[in-house]
Amino acid sequence: MSAKRVLRHSVWICWKDLLEFSRSKLRLTMLVLMPLFMMGMVGFIFPSGSTISHQPVAIANLDTGQTTTLPSNASVTVSYGSIFLAQLETINNLTGMMDLSTAKDFDEIRYGIQDGKISGGIIIPSNFTREILSGRQGQIAVITDQSNPQISLMIQTTLSKTIESMGTQLAMQNLNSTYHIPLARTIAIIKPYDVEFKGVVPGEPNYFEFVAPGIISMVVMMSLMTGLPHAISYEKDMGTLDGMLVAPINRLSIILGKVMAQTVRGMVQGFIIFVLAVFLFGVVIHGSIPLVIGLILLTVFSFVGLGILITSFADKEETATMVMMTLMFPMMFMSGVFFPVQQMPWYMQDVSHLLPLTYASTALRKVVVLGAGISAVSTEIAILFGFGLVLLLVALPMFKTAMSR
Amino acid sequence: MEDIAIKTDGLTKTFGDFVAVDHVTFDVKRGEIFGFLGPNGAGKSTTIRMLCTLSRPTEGTATVAGYDIVKEDSKVREHIGLVSEKMIMYNELTAKENLNLFGRMYDIPKDILQTRIDELLQFVHLEKWAGNRIGTFSTGMKQRINVIRAMVNQPEILFLDEPTLGLDPASTAEIREMIRKINAENGTTMILTTHMMVEADMLCRRIGIIDRGKTVALDTPANLKKIVSGTDTTILEFEIPNLGPTLIGAIGSLKCVGSIVQDDETHVKVHAKGDDCFDVLVDTIRREGGRIKTVRNLEPSLEDVFLHITGREVRDKVSDKVKAPRMEGPGHGWGRANERVRR
Repeated sequence: MSAKRVLRHSVWICWKDLLEFSRSKLRLTMLVLMPLFMMGMVGFIFPSGSTISHQPVAIANLDTGQTTTLPSNASVTVSYGSIFLAQLETINNLTGMMDLSTAKDFDEIRYGIQDGKISGGIIIPSNFTREILSGRQGQIAVITDQSNPQISLMIQTTLSKTIESMGTQLAMQNLNSTYHIPLARTIAIIKPYDVEFKGVVPGEPNYFEFVAPGIISMVVMMSLMTGLPHAISYEKDMGTLDGMLVAPINRLSIILGKVMAQTVRGMVQGFIIFVLAVFLFGVVIHGSIPLVIGLILLTVFSFVGLGILITSFADKEETATMVMMTLMFPMMFMSGVFFPVQQMPWYMQDVSHLLPLTYASTALRKVVVLGAGISAVSTEIAILFGFGLVLLLVALPMFKTAMSR
Repeated sequence: MEDIAIKTDGLTKTFGDFVAVDHVTFDVKRGEIFGFLGPNGAGKSTTIRMLCTLSRPTEGTATVAGYDIVKEDSKVREHIGLVSEKMIMYNELTAKENLNLFGRMYDIPKDILQTRIDELLQFVHLEKWAGNRIGTFSTGMKQRINVIRAMVNQPEILFLDEPTLGLDPASTAEIREMIRKINAENGTTMILTTHMMVEADMLCRRIGIIDRGKTVALDTPANLKKIVSGTDTTILEFEIPNLGPTLIGAIGSLKCVGSIVQDDETHVKVHAKGDDCFDVLVDTIRREGGRIKTVRNLEPSLEDVFLHITGREVRDKVSDKVKAPRMEGPGHGWGRANERVRR
């Protein structure tokens, strides 16, 4: 049986599958909607940066200030707390990151957080001015909502940045007024080091750029992993597979045809995500498009074996779907599609290194976001290829036996 | 040897401990319609699946169209067509697309395939429906397309696994007529499995009766019936208006009674042996208080043959499989009884 014949038959089977698919309006709609929802959902619900806006925050200013009597016998009350607040408000009016309100004390802030009215609070203690005037640091307490770690973290970061820069400003003025150092030079005394963050490619990093390549690999994987066992065991249940098996065609043609049809589906969805990512979410593709397509096809190849294996094991469509779901969800969440692998504990990282999706999404991310060339992703390519080849070599004989049970 | 289409030798298939087909040996002659008769679960479909190369035999060999079903499976596939119990068609595709797709699997040149498809569609009078999706067809129409789909490669041997299962009486008659016509016009060898005795009787030149994986009889319908009529067994049908379980039990326990089947509320069919069996039966029924309205002496049917050989009815478990509502009319008289007594 020549390779040409095998290919010809598989093309017909692929054509049949796609024709069948295209006749269902609902399925076609879903084909487009799925990536749209996926991208929209993932892109918008996850924090797209470390900035916050309009978070309700309550401030309790307990600072009593310090009254000093001047030689002229007039008494002056200094309150660094009030100065601090005024500054904070000025900055906040510019950025709009918080909706500020006032509170009496810690308890009121605590109740507010418990009621869900505010996301955090700031307390300026009563000895704030005294401490500063006596040459010590003024302590400011920031209260956060532990039930919402994401927002807590952001409020923490934003506030400490803001407070730090306010502190720097104050220090600069102090240096200037006390030691008569020109204002422009003060910064180098307070902060001798400065950092500038630079990427490999121009532009600010955004979460879409991180997540889009991962989602493309994931959708391609899902379409193969769910589509392939489903397509074959469904036909087995319906009895139509017998019609193919009873024809003088190679078993390889059947599986190849199905793989081709599923790949086309996966690629279409991947392409939709691509277009959405570029035009709707502002992702810039820095790498070469042919390499991106090549990587997606390689992803397909690496999952084909697994799909066929499940198909061969599962006697019924239901079993296939269950096996699939069990394998797919851990893969989705552990392969660094949504969260970076580096954030995981070491044992989870080890597991994630066993999953091909990890390499697929990493490679795609490197190419799309960082504009990496083929040599930069050669390790991933080798692993994906090896993974696919080994599984395919195991799966094909199993499929053949399964088909003549 | 030239006129043998299928030859099996000790064909066996086991699933774990369960022996589905147990050393089945038979020949099918070229051009004949061979019937495979037996209750569901008897091993008919499994045998067909092995012969179609869909399932590998655990033991034994078979040749189909002169090719070994294991060693030369792809050669076998070129020469056969399969009409399975489940229809092999894609609902979202049109009739023509379906036929075309399966034709392509046999590497039939495009133009030859097109004319053949048109001819086949004409043959079943569905040429006007060629462009309609199979999903919109009635079950009878679907089955007609399904049968011509199996013929798209002009097979030497056509396997028909329960081809009339679930069809209404009109479609059943139509399909049976089609089968006869295909056989007569093309000389296609056919293997037909069925649990409907009438169907086998009508269509098949020879019949193999299979029960629990074993062939228990194999001959022409006429000869099979002689198995029953040749013995001293008489088939009697009593009409007893006050028929009850005790009465049936009493008849059933008689020594001369081979088997007893209740057909409906008032009719009971008895296989009885011996010259004095009639007297004994009548005496027993009357002693038990039964009123005999009519008695008929029945000619043996294939059903009786099966009953005679296995002591069981073919109907066994059939109702589990047939999803369509029970049908009346010729060929469907099998589903009437709601109560059965066996020995």
